[in-house]
Amino acid sequence: MSQETIATLLWLAPLPPLLAFAVIALFTNRYRQTSATIAVSAMIASLVISFLVFFNVWQMQDLGKKPIGSQIGWLPTGDTVLNIGVAVDPLGATFLFMVPLACTLIFIYSTGYMAADPLYARFFAYLSLFAGSMMGLVVSDNLLTLFIFWELMGFCSYSLIGFFYRKPSAYRAAVKAFMTTRVGDMLLLLGMVYLYAETGTLNFHQILRNEEVLNSLAATPAVLGLGISAAGLIAILIFGGTVGKSAQWPLHVWLPDAMEGPTPVSAMIHAATMVSAGVFMLLRFFPLLVAAGEHGTAFTIVGLIGAFTAFLGATIAVAQYDIKRVLAFSTISQLGFMVAAVGIGAYVAATFHLLTHAFFKALLFLASGSVIHGMEHGHHHASHHHHHHDHDGHDHDAHGHEDEHTAHDFDPQDMRNMGGLRQRMPITFVTFLIGGLALAGFPFITAGFWSKDEIFADAYYHGLVKGDGLATLVFIVLVVSALLTAFYTMRQIAMTFLGQPRSEAAANAVESVPSMTFPLIVLAVFALFIGFINIPKDFPVFGALVGDGAYWLKNFVASMLLEKPEPLAFNAVPVLFSIGVALGGLGLGWYVYARSPLQAGQTDPVERLPIFNFLANRWYWDELYRKIFVAPLQAIADGYSSAVDKGVIDRILEGGYALGARMTKGFAEFDRVVITGFSDAVGRFFRGLGDWGRELQSGQVQNYLLSGLIMVIAILVFFLFLFQ
Amino acid sequence: MTNLPVLTLIMLVPLLGALVILLIPREREDAIKTVAATASFISLLLSLVVFLSYDRQAGGFQFREKTTWIPEFGIGYHVGVDGFSAPLLVLTGIVMFSAVLVSWRSAERPREYFAFLLLLVAGVFGSFMALDIFLLLIFYELVLFPVYVLIAGWGSKRREYAAMKLTIYLFVGSLVAIIGLLVLYFQAGRSFDWFELQAGIRSLPPEQSVQLQRTWFLPVFVGFGVLASLWPLHNWSPDGYAAAPTAVSMLHGGVLKATGAYCGLRIGIQLMPEGAKFWMPVIVFLCMAGLIYAALIAFRQTDLKYIIGFSSVSHLGLVLLGLAALNELGFNGAGLELFAGGVMTGLMFALVGMIYERAHIRDVTQLSGLARTMPLAAVGFVIGSLTLMGMPGLPGFPAELQIFMGLWQASTTPSAMFSGATNGWYAVVVVASVIVIVINAAWTLRVAARIYFSEPQHPELQSLPPLDALEKTAIVLMCATLIIAGVLPNTVMSVVSAGVQAIVKGLTAAG
Repeated sequence: MSQETIATLLWLAPLPPLLAFAVIALFTNRYRQTSATIAVSAMIASLVISFLVFFNVWQMQDLGKKPIGSQIGWLPTGDTVLNIGVAVDPLGATFLFMVPLACTLIFIYSTGYMAADPLYARFFAYLSLFAGSMMGLVVSDNLLTLFIFWELMGFCSYSLIGFFYRKPSAYRAAVKAFMTTRVGDMLLLLGMVYLYAETGTLNFHQILRNEEVLNSLAATPAVLGLGISAAGLIAILIFGGTVGKSAQWPLHVWLPDAMEGPTPVSAMIHAATMVSAGVFMLLRFFPLLVAAGEHGTAFTIVGLIGAFTAFLGATIAVAQYDIKRVLAFSTISQLGFMVAAVGIGAYVAATFHLLTHAFFKALLFLASGSVIHGMEHGHHHASHHHHHHDHDGHDHDAHGHEDEHTAHDFDPQDMRNMGGLRQRMPITFVTFLIGGLALAGFPFITAGFWSKDEIFADAYYHGLVKGDGLATLVFIVLVVSALLTAFYTMRQIAMTFLGQPRSEAAANAVESVPSMTFPLIVLAVFALFIGFINIPKDFPVFGALVGDGAYWLKNFVASMLLEKPEPLAFNAVPVLFSIGVALGGLGLGWYVYARSPLQAGQTDPVERLPIFNFLANRWYWDELYRKIFVAPLQAIADGYSSAVDKGVIDRILEGGYALGARMTKGFAEFDRVVITGFSDAVGRFFRGLGDWGRELQSGQVQNYLLSGLIMVIAILVFFLFLFQ
Repeated sequence: MTNLPVLTLIMLVPLLGALVILLIPREREDAIKTVAATASFISLLLSLVVFLSYDRQAGGFQFREKTTWIPEFGIGYHVGVDGFSAPLLVLTGIVMFSAVLVSWRSAERPREYFAFLLLLVAGVFGSFMALDIFLLLIFYELVLFPVYVLIAGWGSKRREYAAMKLTIYLFVGSLVAIIGLLVLYFQAGRSFDWFELQAGIRSLPPEQSVQLQRTWFLPVFVGFGVLASLWPLHNWSPDGYAAAPTAVSMLHGGVLKATGAYCGLRIGIQLMPEGAKFWMPVIVFLCMAGLIYAALIAFRQTDLKYIIGFSSVSHLGLVLLGLAALNELGFNGAGLELFAGGVMTGLMFALVGMIYERAHIRDVTQLSGLARTMPLAAVGFVIGSLTLMGMPGLPGFPAELQIFMGLWQASTTPSAMFSGATNGWYAVVVVASVIVIVINAAWTLRVAARIYFSEPQHPELQSLPPLDALEKTAIVLMCATLIIAGVLPNTVMSVVSAGVQAIVKGLTAAG
């Protein structure tokens, strides 16, 4: 296939879902089935186009040096033109494989999951826009194009998290997600502005594969005398975008709340699109981090934030009961793994883990959606005490979703209400198990093992072999986090699927419809085998098994970098660690939860941990933000909280809001007394004249005319005085 | 093009419309409204013709018409548009036409109302095309009178106070500017013609020229800046908007303020570039203060019109920041922001007006669930909010991006005011402005959530009459304009940048 054809295909790749959005929004929003069909077909079209590109380029070893693409001018800015452009390079190509595949499966799943929702058509419209934006982001060849799609995606996530917008918690979560990520976006925007001011271009290839540009960025001191290079500051600002989008500490607080959206949306956000976009962009700017210094500030910040987030997320996940919340914190944690990997320079390992994680996390979310569906059905069934044998799945859905929309006492997402679902939902169980094992890094047969092991290998090599302090720290923190990961995964599996049902709902749960289980099966296959794209060449047995296919990913994406990463010799120590923590964590989980599964009413053993409350309350970050920003101000202020919506002041954004309100109170006073006061005095003078005029003449318009006339005379007098 | 005096027609048609309306008996309201709509529509079409047939390759001033008028004083009738002002004509046309449609069902005493409205818009059109300073000032003042009468006569809450306050501010502002311009006139060749005045200032001995420019730039720029709600002289604006009838808010917030910024560029910066270079840090500081201030104040308001009024202060703050960058990117951004923000402000005021006409409530806390009765209005409000906060796909994004880039670029230039220093702190201004956008986003989204998307809490609001066809047309017209300009910013930018290139060349030539 010629380069021109590939470039054309790249332009086409994001189009079908974007068009589907327009068509559904404008024309078919009243027709449920038509809209769903349009959305799914568009996504499949996008998948086909993307695969055509991928399978044309996947063996090009120098694609990184010569990406294929084209640009069109979008915005002339004087000397240069800001372009909208597309290109495929190795990193983009791997995402062209993963993103549309995961999205397609989620779309198919949604046809079943959302079947009875009254806003079905609108849901597919947003979902299409979301997927199209992610596709656009993947094929972008410059930061401007990427940012456009990045922001579009932010808007979609806002719409979708707040999809059940009548539910106040959903709306609050949407605003929180939007605003928190926007804090990151603003840093990214600043980084973009700065980058453009320094280099005069935003094209990835021209900046990031150009030694001259990178060196000059590294040699320029940053603005405002911050003591680092321009490259470093730009990299940090851009990383700010990642922190927001990929839910890294300290902007991680939005992701768990984003669970308010329908489950397929969670899968989209957590796996294929939104959070991946943050790490994807960070990987794109990896050469800039390198230019900013091997052990520079930028790398250190990235590494520390990543490692800390990995640990933070893993600990919190241990103490959650909401099936989706456990997964949400595990996403935060796993993204921390990737970011930490970038921070120690493990570019390939981070890419690899991002890919495998997308598959097994999409699988886990969809499977948990299937569980929730089953529980809702069971609850509905149990609470009505009569059978409808002739029910079809859609009717169950109808009731299930009404339940999801309106708050009610029974929580179908609480794992304490589950148990014993293994028998009632076998497909969901097996696929969830596979996803969970992949997340835990179960050795050899799951993808998660290979990618996590790659990170460990790098961290071990740079840290304990080469003696880099940051990498040593990252290695230790990640090993502990991985242990916790395996533990909470087993806890989740056991609480959900093993033992006896702990509620009527769980006892009456049923397996989901095929449109939902089919995507689970496909994703499970990938969660098992996608790891084989990057088996180390000299790994015992498996290296020989894959033969020439060893390190495919590494060989492919390494051409993105100016310096090819040195291949690490096989080292048994990190591998043993990797196997040890996976099996150890799973074993511990098994020992605590599966040996004698929880009975109804029994207390979860983790609650006996002295730090349980600390973990269950997510280290009190939300409260801390509230305290830092709100409480001191509330103590001073006594009037403002009644003026603003008290019920909403609880989180960091509202903290800033409170600060603003407090300050504006002062401003408003200033405004009223000084500025208004002055013009009032002038006004009174003229009003006095006006009153005098009113006595002479009645009738409004005359009065105004008179005032005008007086002014004209005043000016004339003034000018006569001035220029006589 | 033929020799049709198209610019004069654009300005004259509303004037004629006003005259015709005054000849129609006041009972024939439909006829009056039809005339008003027709006149604004013709102006809109003609301005589109100018915009589309503006030669982007040639750039510079086009469609010029020049006749002598009072040669003794160097005054002539001289009009023309460049790439910067051509989109503003279209903006005026769009907002005016929409304003007439929106006022259709609600205007009391329509004869006087529409006559004054047309008079106002003729003045705005004139201001954007005048190339003779004297002529420009006439148009500029022509606008103030109908605004005063419309607010005082047709407004709501505290209308006389607001009208008086607004008029005093703007009048004093223009007075200061006029003084400065008269000084220029007397010192630099006694011609009001823009080109001759510019040449006159430049032909002075260099030191005298620089001195003159540095002395009089600030009064002129700030004088016009009052109309662009430059902080701390913005105070008339929210009160004025709160009191003004819908159409006047739309025109004033969307278009009239733009004339302030436009005159600041055309007369302030272009005639006195040396003064601009010297004083710009001050302007940047005022803009930043104003941006933050307006965003925070807006945050505390619950009156919808105040909220939109303060957002329009923010929007103009961005425009002035772009101008203050004094480089191509900044001017480009300012030009696009004027257009985008103008349509956005018009749209938002129109939507608020639609609610107020029906419910007679503008307090955010008293409104809920309006998306059920007026879904299109909800869509419009979201599009307007997203424009303000710079969402890609809408024209606020390319505009703000260029403004920030331009300002950042300017941060590396040496400061004329503090010799030896650079304007490095502009970077901080960029950071602050970017934060302000976040605040704006927070607020407008919460407002949208509360008034449109919340669970209906006020049963009486559910029986409000739905939007009529004219109102829908106005919303669709403005939204479509925003979307076209946002997805394909080049439609507007290619014209703007054709004008800006000449402006930048003029600045460097002067230095």
